[in-house]
Amino acid sequence: MPTVTLDKKTVLNLIGKKVSDEVLKDRIAMIGTDLEKLDKKEITVEVFPNRPDMLSEEGFARALSSFMGIKTGLKKYTIKKENSKVTVKNLPKEWPYAVCAIVRGLKFDDKKIVSIMQLQEKLGVTYLRKRKKGGIGLYPLDKITLPITFTSLLKDKIKFRPLEGKSIIPADKILETHPKGKEYGHIIQELKKYPVFLDGEGTIMSMPPIINSHDVGKITEKTKDVFIEATGTDLNTLKVAINIMLATLDDMGGTIYSLEMDYGTKKFEYPDFTPRKIKIDKKYTEKLLGINLSDNDIKKLLAKMGIGYENGCALVPAYRADILHPMDIVEDIAIAYGYENFEEVIPAVATIAGESQKTIIERKTAEVMTGFGALECKSYHITDEMNLCEKMNTEKRKLIKPENPSNVEYDTLRDNLVSGLMKILSENTHHEYPQNLFEIGDVVVFDKNSETSTNENMHLAFVSAGIDSDFSKIKAVLESTLKSLDIKCTIKEATHPSFIEGRSAEIKLSGKTIGYLGEIHPKVLNNWNLEVPVSVFEIDLSGFVD
Amino acid sequence: MNLQAHEAKLLKKLEDGVERTVTELSDELVMDQAAVVRASLTLNKEGLAETKEIEGFVTNITAEGRNALDSGLPETHLVNELLDKGKAIKDITTKNVGVVLGVAKNKGYVTVSGGMLEATEKGKESLGKKEKELCILEDIKNNKTVDRKDLDVLKSRKLAEYSFRIVRKIKATKKGIDFAKKTDTKQEVSKLTPTMIKSGKWRDVVLRKYNVNAPVAKVYPGKRHFVAQAIESVRKIWLEMGFKEMTGPMIQTSFWNFDALFVPQDHPAREMQDTFFLDLTAKKINNGFVNSIKKAHEKGTDNSLGWQYKWSEEMARKSVLRTHTTVLSARTLSQIKKGELPAKYFAIGRCFRNESLDWKHLFEFNQVEGIVVDENANFRHLLGYLKEFFGKLGFERARFRPAYFPYTEMSLEIEVYDNRRKGWIELGGAGIFRPEVVVPLLGKDVPVLAWGPGFDRIIMDYYKIRDIRDLYKNDVKQLRDMKQWMLG
Repeated sequence: MPTVTLDKKTVLNLIGKKVSDEVLKDRIAMIGTDLEKLDKKEITVEVFPNRPDMLSEEGFARALSSFMGIKTGLKKYTIKKENSKVTVKNLPKEWPYAVCAIVRGLKFDDKKIVSIMQLQEKLGVTYLRKRKKGGIGLYPLDKITLPITFTSLLKDKIKFRPLEGKSIIPADKILETHPKGKEYGHIIQELKKYPVFLDGEGTIMSMPPIINSHDVGKITEKTKDVFIEATGTDLNTLKVAINIMLATLDDMGGTIYSLEMDYGTKKFEYPDFTPRKIKIDKKYTEKLLGINLSDNDIKKLLAKMGIGYENGCALVPAYRADILHPMDIVEDIAIAYGYENFEEVIPAVATIAGESQKTIIERKTAEVMTGFGALECKSYHITDEMNLCEKMNTEKRKLIKPENPSNVEYDTLRDNLVSGLMKILSENTHHEYPQNLFEIGDVVVFDKNSETSTNENMHLAFVSAGIDSDFSKIKAVLESTLKSLDIKCTIKEATHPSFIEGRSAEIKLSGKTIGYLGEIHPKVLNNWNLEVPVSVFEIDLSGFVD
Repeated sequence: MNLQAHEAKLLKKLEDGVERTVTELSDELVMDQAAVVRASLTLNKEGLAETKEIEGFVTNITAEGRNALDSGLPETHLVNELLDKGKAIKDITTKNVGVVLGVAKNKGYVTVSGGMLEATEKGKESLGKKEKELCILEDIKNNKTVDRKDLDVLKSRKLAEYSFRIVRKIKATKKGIDFAKKTDTKQEVSKLTPTMIKSGKWRDVVLRKYNVNAPVAKVYPGKRHFVAQAIESVRKIWLEMGFKEMTGPMIQTSFWNFDALFVPQDHPAREMQDTFFLDLTAKKINNGFVNSIKKAHEKGTDNSLGWQYKWSEEMARKSVLRTHTTVLSARTLSQIKKGELPAKYFAIGRCFRNESLDWKHLFEFNQVEGIVVDENANFRHLLGYLKEFFGKLGFERARFRPAYFPYTEMSLEIEVYDNRRKGWIELGGAGIFRPEVVVPLLGKDVPVLAWGPGFDRIIMDYYKIRDIRDLYKNDVKQLRDMKQWMLG
């Protein structure tokens, strides 16, 4: 989730009222953002991905101010007409859309430039999914000539000086050497033709969504008027993204001018800040929230969220990205009402409780094992292949592994429990013996017939370490356990590479092997640096779970 | 007053009021001298006996001394040899004549003249008397008190040796004598045996009292792992509230883990770095929900816009280690039949997050999941269930903040107040499932209250665990000594 650092003074000015830090802290939390830091100069907040419009000082203050009841209601944005057009043509199908606008009369300073760049960057990373869905660009209007064309060119036809670059270089060099090229180049790399903006004189303004031209695409403190574009894969997403930028620039004091977007067969004037109308089902809202609301209540609550209300319809501002369903309006009403103001109730609904069969078996088994004085252990499901195979002296086998584990020593899902208990014994050699340990847990195995080609079985494993530990003792515990759990198994001699020959056996249930027991081979004890005899058993209990 | 066996035995001995040395008591009672001293210390403390410490001698008669006692002093031998007539020195048969001669001369028993020895009258008379040295030796032998001067005489004659030493003399006090008279003299035994029980011999013995403050050898109970204990108690709470348990595998398809929960396919959670994807043969998703889920994502259900992108069935095939137990809720919703509402379910399970291991981060965590599927359920019920649950876990104060999850709307973050640390603990999310989740799985839009907070933080706080890795460290000593989970 994106975290932004905002200038506190700017935010407070925009809110339009003096507020204490205490109130600010509370309101920031209750509007649904996570405050990370609040000091004299800065506010650091985590903005949830559904509210990209709150990623700038202007957007954040806009939401907070109305939530605090200061500047409430649907904010009006006046849009003038520029009488120019942007031609959109010959684009690769992977990057077909653009929406553009002009904003005039801006007074940029250091802070504002940082703020608008931060918003552009954060939108690119979050809402536009690391620019995979789209990118946003700003250009000083005085450096370019209208009308503008969004098109594509063969990569060897593209040459310009990338932002903060030293010289004019070809497109593939930009992807190879420029920091943004390296970061985002993969998005267009495979295309035959790369998207470009050309101005009225045919100058390359940028290569979206990678980088602007340094010569005509760099915003400075002197910039008063800007051309702004958003290009990418989905038109609706781009509209919201550019609207968020435009609302912020408007709040900074600029005036928005629209352009005709000419797609050849389809033409439309943009930007369009007409709010979306969503019908409010009052009954549905009341039922879902468990509160009674008058029409006026709804109007007031929506106003606190910057949403208009007219004839039973919510008027949703053009920069809101998260309203997919009337349910989302209900949520805004709830937030405005204040989660802290809802009275908690438990309804009188009779339902029958019940434990799962698996839990019952697990608990009954644990009861028996603790009755033997054994100590239950809990391990990770993800372990190291070496523990599962090599150290147990068992054959290398195909195991289930995550593709990209962050921890190299935890890279394999366990297919038995005993090796985990052996690891625990090896880490506890300085503690008093005998050590009798058990674990009940799931192990993962391949199963062609299942949905994921895997299956998870609940096992029980028991290890006994100490000078008196031997096959007879472990067999006694096993037999007593099985008897207590009413499991009728037979024990059949069998060799196993982890055990001393002649001191190991399989546990059989109607001809199927469901476990084994034995006295650990000294070679295996050496592998684990253990100096006392260890006997173990492990049994698959999954057959007894429905 | 409780006397140990040795103490009682000693006191009984002293009942006659006679003062005795430790050595004497040790001999008479057949006890170590050390044991006698130990017992006497207790008797002194209780005012039952007194011990005097006096400086005394330990004397020891030498071999020569014993010879003298048996057959007289050497000078007596010499006088005897000279009784009839004088002899030349070289003819004397008495041993060590040089030394003996000196003594005899000093005593005036013999004279020497020109190499000839002769007994004097005094010498001859001495044969009829007992030499003083012999008297002293006899006194020593009879344990009589002997003067130090006399001892010095014997020592110079090498007839005896002595050294200084503290001698303890013990005597019962009046109180001790009275007490001893009342003390039982039954035999004391330490162990009650089956034979005694059966034969009734236990009636004739006294069972030795134990020092109840003495340290004893440790024993350890078999017990459940503390995380399992916490899970048990969380489970119990949901059962008490009428919820039915759900279970299911840790390995899930992306379809159930993400798509069924309306998590768009380009959502950051579906990227490699956060989620464990598994290298498994991906099977075509074939479960009857594919079309409705696809529609929910692409165009939305009912009045929803959906995410408006092209949904890929292939991407949904990829297996993952479940990132949340909410996957179990999704699967349950897909199985609920019409007549089964209202229904309440819970699950407790291990979930996975591809995180580098350190003291704050673990790649496995426990989540407690719950859903209420009820036509009449509302947001206030959601808060009510959660508040009740955390109340039962011992947290009187819970608060809820707006949050965001792709599959819920309202979404909220649960925080509980930790009285001990005076602060709010963030525990995770809850909300009402979006229609885009419920409609495809259940077939109609019914409110589904849902939550999935973690509780590892609560376990850590309860056991004062600082390093999250210690949850699964399995230190045998720590597990043996740990208190049970007592929160319900």
